[in-house]
Parts: sequence; C-alpha cells; structure tokens
Amino acid sequence: MAVIRGSSGDWEVVIGLEVHAQVISKAKLFSGAATDFGAEPNTQVSPIDAAFPGMLPVINRYCVEQAVKTGLGINAEINLVSVFDRKNYFYADLPAGYQISQYTRPIVGKGKIRLDLADGSTRDIGITRLHLEQDAGKSLHDQHATLTYVDLNRAGVALMEIVSEPDLRSAEEAGAYLRKLRSILRYLGTCDGNMEEGSLRCDCNVSVRRPGAPLGTRCEIKNVNSIRYVMQAIEHEARRQVELLEEGGAVEQETRLFDAGKGITRPMRSKEHAHDYRYFPDPDLLPLRLDANWVEALKRSLPELPDAKKARFIEQYRLSPDDAGVLVAEQASADYFEAVARGRDAKLAANWVMVELYGALNRLGLGIEGSPVSAAGLGELVDLVIDGTVSGRLAKEVFAAMIETGKGAAFLVEERGLKQVTDSGAIESAIAAVLAAQGDKVAEYRAGKEKLFGFFVGQVMKATQGKANPALLNELLRKKLAG
Amino acid sequence: MSALTQLTIAEARAGLRGRQFSARELAEAHIAAVAAARPLNAFLAETPERALAMADAADQRLQRGEARAMEGIPLAIKDLFCTEGVLTTAGSRILDGFKPPYESTVTAKLWAAGAVMLGKANMDEFAMGSSNVTCAHGAVENPWRRRGDNRPLVPGGSSGGSAAAVAARAAIAATGTDTGGSIRQPASFCGIVGMKPTYGRCSRWGIVAFASSLDQAGPMTRSVRDAAIMLGAMAGHDPKDSTSAPVPVPDFEAALTGDIRGLKIGVPHEYRLDGMPAEIEALWQRGIDWVKAAGAEPVEISLPMTKYALPAYYIIAPAEASSNLARYDGVRFGLRVPGGSLDEMYENTRAAGFGAEVRRRVLIGTYVLSAGYYDAYYLKAQQVRTLVARDFGAAFQRCDVLLTPTAPSAAFAIGEKQDDPIAMYLNDVFTVPVNLAGLPGISVPAGLAADGLPLGLQVIGRAFDEATVLRVAEIIETAAGFTAKPAFLAGGG
Repeated sequence: MAVIRGSSGDWEVVIGLEVHAQVISKAKLFSGAATDFGAEPNTQVSPIDAAFPGMLPVINRYCVEQAVKTGLGINAEINLVSVFDRKNYFYADLPAGYQISQYTRPIVGKGKIRLDLADGSTRDIGITRLHLEQDAGKSLHDQHATLTYVDLNRAGVALMEIVSEPDLRSAEEAGAYLRKLRSILRYLGTCDGNMEEGSLRCDCNVSVRRPGAPLGTRCEIKNVNSIRYVMQAIEHEARRQVELLEEGGAVEQETRLFDAGKGITRPMRSKEHAHDYRYFPDPDLLPLRLDANWVEALKRSLPELPDAKKARFIEQYRLSPDDAGVLVAEQASADYFEAVARGRDAKLAANWVMVELYGALNRLGLGIEGSPVSAAGLGELVDLVIDGTVSGRLAKEVFAAMIETGKGAAFLVEERGLKQVTDSGAIESAIAAVLAAQGDKVAEYRAGKEKLFGFFVGQVMKATQGKANPALLNELLRKKLAG
Repeated sequence: MSALTQLTIAEARAGLRGRQFSARELAEAHIAAVAAARPLNAFLAETPERALAMADAADQRLQRGEARAMEGIPLAIKDLFCTEGVLTTAGSRILDGFKPPYESTVTAKLWAAGAVMLGKANMDEFAMGSSNVTCAHGAVENPWRRRGDNRPLVPGGSSGGSAAAVAARAAIAATGTDTGGSIRQPASFCGIVGMKPTYGRCSRWGIVAFASSLDQAGPMTRSVRDAAIMLGAMAGHDPKDSTSAPVPVPDFEAALTGDIRGLKIGVPHEYRLDGMPAEIEALWQRGIDWVKAAGAEPVEISLPMTKYALPAYYIIAPAEASSNLARYDGVRFGLRVPGGSLDEMYENTRAAGFGAEVRRRVLIGTYVLSAGYYDAYYLKAQQVRTLVARDFGAAFQRCDVLLTPTAPSAAFAIGEKQDDPIAMYLNDVFTVPVNLAGLPGISVPAGLAADGLPLGLQVIGRAFDEATVLRVAEIIETAAGFTAKPAFLAGGG
C-alpha cells in the first residue's frame, strides 16, 4: 500500500475506477446498425440511432451474451433479471435526449479481479457491478468556425460500464487493475481494450484520508484514455488533495478533467450542467430475463482465463510466478509460448519467448500477432539448440536472421554455415594451430597461470568462427594443454 | 354525393368482390368526400394520388381474385403514424415538414392487406388532449351539432380527426391511437366504434410515441364488424417492438357469433360518478338490460382503486412523454429555431415548436421524475398502476367483460373546459384505467343524449381477449340500433 507523506503525516489514497468497455459486436446495442471504427461520419446510423420519431430499441442478444461472459470472467453474480433505464439529458450528440443504461438493476452484480503485484503477491479488488448501456455520438467542434458537427456512428454502440469498489490504494494498483481487466476482456473476446480508439475509457474516483480513517471526499476524473494517463492523473489528483487538506482546505466533490499535456487535473468548466438525470425504467424495453441454463452453458464455454492459466504454467512448466504472469498477460503470447514449449524444455522455451522474441518485437514495435517468426519456427530453432546443431550463442544470430528474413532456422544455419562443429578432429587441429602460434602463453599456462584457459578457448572459437561445440572444445583443449 | 361513402368495410368488401363497383370508384368517392370535409379540418394532409394508385392496384388484385382482408378500403391515418414519404407531424409544429423515410408497422400491415390511404388525420398535438383543440394546425370540428344549437363541438381526442372523418363519411374507417382514451372517447363523441386493443396487440413501431407504456393503435369504424376486420389486419407480433406480444391473432370477425348466453358482464359500481348526467346513467342501465336480454348475466363488481387511476395516469403519461419528446431538439429533423448556443437553440426550438398543452405535460413529467420527487410521484403512481391492474384481475375472476359508459359526457363545444385542465382530464376517467391495466376496450355508439349528441358504452375485456369484447359489443350495437347521422356529412346523406 502506497502512502503519501505529507508535512503533517501520512495519507492514504483511495481509488475506485469506472471503466467503459466497448463491447465487441458487429451491431449496435439496440439498432442493428454496424459498428466499424473509422468509417465516414454518419454512415453507420439507423433511424433508431438518430432517434427518429416512432423508432424503438430492440436488445442485441449477442451484446447481452458478451456482458454475461464478461461478468462470469470477473467472477461476478449474473442477475437473471435486469432492467434498462433512461438517463435523461440534452446534448447534441445524444439524439434521443436520453441514454439507455441500467441504473438500479444491472445485468451483472458483485465480482472481483485478482491483481498481480510487483512483489509477486496478489490482491483481490472488488467489482461493484457491470451494466450495459449505449454510447453517445461525437461532437466535432473543429469543422466549422461557429457550428458544431455531429457524427452519430458511435451513437448506440454497446458499452459495458464496469465499476470497481474503492479498493485500490495507489496509481500502480490502478494501472495493474486496468491491465488485468483489459487482459480478461481480451481473453474473453468481449472488448478489444484499445484505449487509443476509445474502446476502453476510464473514470477515476480519487480521495485521500488518514490511514484507517473514514473515506474522504472524492473527485471524479472523467474519460482518461490510457493506463499511463490514469496513473498520472491519480498521482496528481492525490497530491493536489493532500496539499489542499494540509493547507487547511477541504476537497470539494466535483468532476475534473485530466490535462495530459500538463499532467494535471482541473475542474470541468460547465458547472451549470449539474445534471439531474431523471432515471426511470425505459418503457420501450421489457425487463431483460436470462435463462439460468443459458448462463451455465456460457460459463462452461469460457476460455481458460489469465489467473487459471498462470497457475497452470507455474504447475505444469515449473515457471516462476513472474515469468508465468508475463506470459499469460495476453492470450496470444501464452498460446505462442505453449506452442514453443510443447515437447521441449519449457524453461528454455520461456526464455526464448520472453528475452529474444519480446526484445525483437519491442524493437520492431510489433505485437505477438505480427511476429515475423512463428511459434513453430522458434520451436525449430530451440530444437537445433537442444540437439547441439547450433550453439546457444550462434542461435541468437540465427534468430536475428529469422526475424529479418523470415527464413527457417535450419535453412539459415545451413546457408550461413553456422552449424556447430562437433568433429573432434577439426577442433583438435584448430587447437593445435592456436597453441603453436601462442608458444609463450602455453608456457605461462603450464607454469601455473591457469586463468589463461579462457584466452585459449576464445582463440579457438575465433578460429572456428564460433562454431566449435563449447563442451567438446573445453575437453580437448584441457587435454592438449596438459601435454 | 355517393352512396359509396355510406358503406361499412364489410359492405364495401362485398361490393368490391361482387364487382358492383371498383376500388377506384370507391376511392374517388372518398377523395371527393375528404375534400368536402375540409370545413371540419379533419385532415392535415390529403393523398389523393396515392389513394388512386393504391385503388388501381387493389382493382387488379380483385380482378385476379386475390383480394386481401382490406382490399380497396379507403382509410384515414392518424398523423401519429409515420407514413413513408408522406408528411407526418403528430399535429405539432415541431415536426414541420417531416416526411419519414419509413412506414409504421401498423400502416404497412394495412397496406399489405390492400387498404387505400386517403390522407393524414388531424389530432391533438402529440396525442395530448381530449378535444382536438390542441392541434397545431387548428381545431377539428365534430360533424355533429346539438339539436337547435349551431355552435361547433369538439370531436374528442386525441384521435379527433380520425373520428370526425369516419363519422362524416369522409373515410370508411381510420386508424387511431389510444393512450388514455384517445380512440374510445372521440368514438363516443362522434357516434362511431373505436377499439383500443390489448397493449402489445399492435406494434408501436413507427408510431410517434406519447407515453410508451400506454400507447396502443386501434381501429375506428362505423360498425363492430368493421372493427373486427380492421383489427385483424393491424394486429400481430412485431420483432421491432420489444413490447409487442408474441401471441397469435385470432379471426376476430369469426368471434362475432351473436351469442353471449352465459357470459358474466361486470358492472363496476365505482364508475357511478357523482354528478354524472342522468342520461348517461340511464344509457348504461339500458346497456345492462340489453346484454341481460341476450342471455348474459350482469354482476355488480368493484374496482376500488378507480379514483386513483386518473391521477396516476397524469403522472406516468407525462413522465414518459417528457422523455419521449426530448428528441425534438432541432438538431436532426423538423423545426429548428437558431440560437446563440446549443441550449438557446433548444429553448427557442421547443418554445416555438410545442404548444401549451405539450409544454405543460413535459414540465409535469420532468418534475415528477426529478430527484427528490421521483418516489413521491412516479414510483407511487407505478404502485397505483399495479393496484389498478390487480383490481381488474380480481374483477375478471367474477366476470368475462365489464360494461361502463365511455365518457362522463357527450361532446362539448369548442372553447368549453379550455381554461380548466382538470375538467378536461376528467373526460378520460372511464378510459384511463383500461390503459393502465393494458386491457382491450371498445366504445360502441349506444344512443343519443337529449340534445341529440351520440353517447357510447364501453366494453372492457381480459388481456388478449378482444374476441369476447367484440362479441359483446356487437350485441350492444344490434340492440341499440344506432342509426342517427351527424349534421355534417361530407360523403352526402
């Protein structure tokens, strides 16, 4: 638990997050219109999304399934009866003048998410609820000097609002929570977690208090769009509140915005819009009733999720919790690792994936899906290392060439003549040549300067362009030097 | 003037199939009648060309022997129904010039059954009213007059244009919508049949919403049989409306057996209001005697929550309306009055676009949903609604249908009750509980008041039991032998 040291003592930060996750679905929540990102403005809009007179919403069954899957993935209660409400407010990009959301009876109730902390320990963060709601459209203020343009492509797209308990105690924990949530959503295929495209957005509720004291007054920081910004916003906001309190001031409950350029939070301007949303049940929609058997069937169909996979990796592959945690963060990485590890030394496989592969992908700015080397390709290389065809050192060279050319490991070893020399005759003649050229060093060694052994190894390796099998080389060299 | 405008749907159907006249002749007679009815201000848009094109298509079908249920029948369509490419304003300035790019499910079903569109019928703005005085484009006149009194009367509302058009023989039938009595009360005021089906029986898709949990489309006709025929063409499950009921549509016309022997007819004693005109009381008693004579058994029943129904309705309906009408903001369609800021544009547009009654209800609705008032008003009203529905449920343990007056008075003069919204709201006292409970109800013309104005009786049934409601209604229709005609007949006498 992180503590802020103020001039008057320690303060504890209390954080709760509200995440808006865009549901992966080809069609919107209530209209059947398409949801493709980046389409021309107002091309993915049905009369229902534009709230034309007499238009009625019909719930998209697939979006409900996605929400239930997500609920199951965060170990939450699924409410077999939930209700859609109207949240009323006027804005140009909210066509109906209300957003269809869920207020008193959400589709998913209490759940929890397990955080993997830096020290290797874990901590469970409570989930208050998850509900389904529509997204609004987008107001474009930069298209015209005096007019605002409205793009309704996003209007009506399904969102899951996932609300955490105020269980988080630091910016780092908030970051870990978001990473874990995003990982679960991606495993489930219910949200792509892409924060740049806005498919995952976060509101942060932040307050500070003396350790153990009752909760302080909170501020809500709206619509932060990257994990880094969430952490920065929380850091800044917590310090701002501590400073305010230590100066004898009081925190005012308000909505704030994060200014990423300056790294600070500031109050939202339009205070006159203190909304009374006048929630009431949407009379166009009947209560949503789920069949318990259908929910059970969904539960059985869930993929193995990060926590379970991590435990299995530790157990099955004898990986450290840290390594297992890294490998399971993304389903594709975990799958990749398992494909490499299958039938091979798992630790060696993990090492190759986490060090060489991740290093190369990082340099190239690629995700695992875009890797130029397939899992089978890397497996082939690992096999060559294990059976001694190529040395560990030269294997790295081979791997770099694989990344660069996309060619296979065996082919490259052959093409570039990187095959390990295991022929004792060839190594012996290289040793003989080196020892002959370094007569005085041989004498020094024989006189007791044994650390010169490494020097001879280096020279022989150099003479064989690094291809000599190191174990064989050591053995033969020791024999020769012994005279 | 033509005898063709005197026909009921059933009669026109027989005439068309028997080649006594063509759908085109029938349409032409009604197009002329619609024009002749202009003094009533019953239509907001006339669509004669479309009517003729539809009639010609109907004639081809008739020739091929492929006539459908409503083949060639000319209808007036309440302006609350979105009609593709045809002006649809809900009687409001805020929808000035709005031509929907889609057709409501109910009208689409009517066209698919062969019906012919004469035009769009005037109505109270956004269906909020019981008089058709709140129309943005001028009041509708009732074709009836009091005996010896030439003052124009209201047709009732909100489906007043529809009722006036059907009563004046400008349309054989019309669509209406009923949120708190908007089909049945104008039917009663204009001497025609008006049926509100069970909530969920007809799709609301494409009908401009007033109060979504109460709105329901239904037929307005000159006979009970016509109501049965037309409802059959309008009804049915629609996957585009989540509140539409996935239940089969029976053959309503086949339910008109003329036999109600053994049925129990509930008579709710809470509907005997203080100060209700004696002639309405007397008419009600006649209705009871008629069903008894036909072999049914009247039973006195109690609906104790009745007195709370109207106040609850006037909380729930405005609450939903305040939200439903938020989309009329000047941004995407209809009227826009510019302003210096977005909020100013909203204010200017909505102030200019909405009439006084709509503004009143939007304000009431906004108020009852506000933080701090929600529990006391909206939530309480919803509880009352549940209790009202329970009352009916208990009543239907003891009887098969209920028989009541439709409205506590006959049509009143334009201008009367205008300055007293509460008196105006009382028009709906017998009809509103039916909407709150989501039940089917029909108004049948049953007699004339002393001043010569029509009065209706209402039959209320169990949910999705329109068949029994229609059967009992037909008995009353036959017994009443209502043949009186209004003073103004656009289609000639």
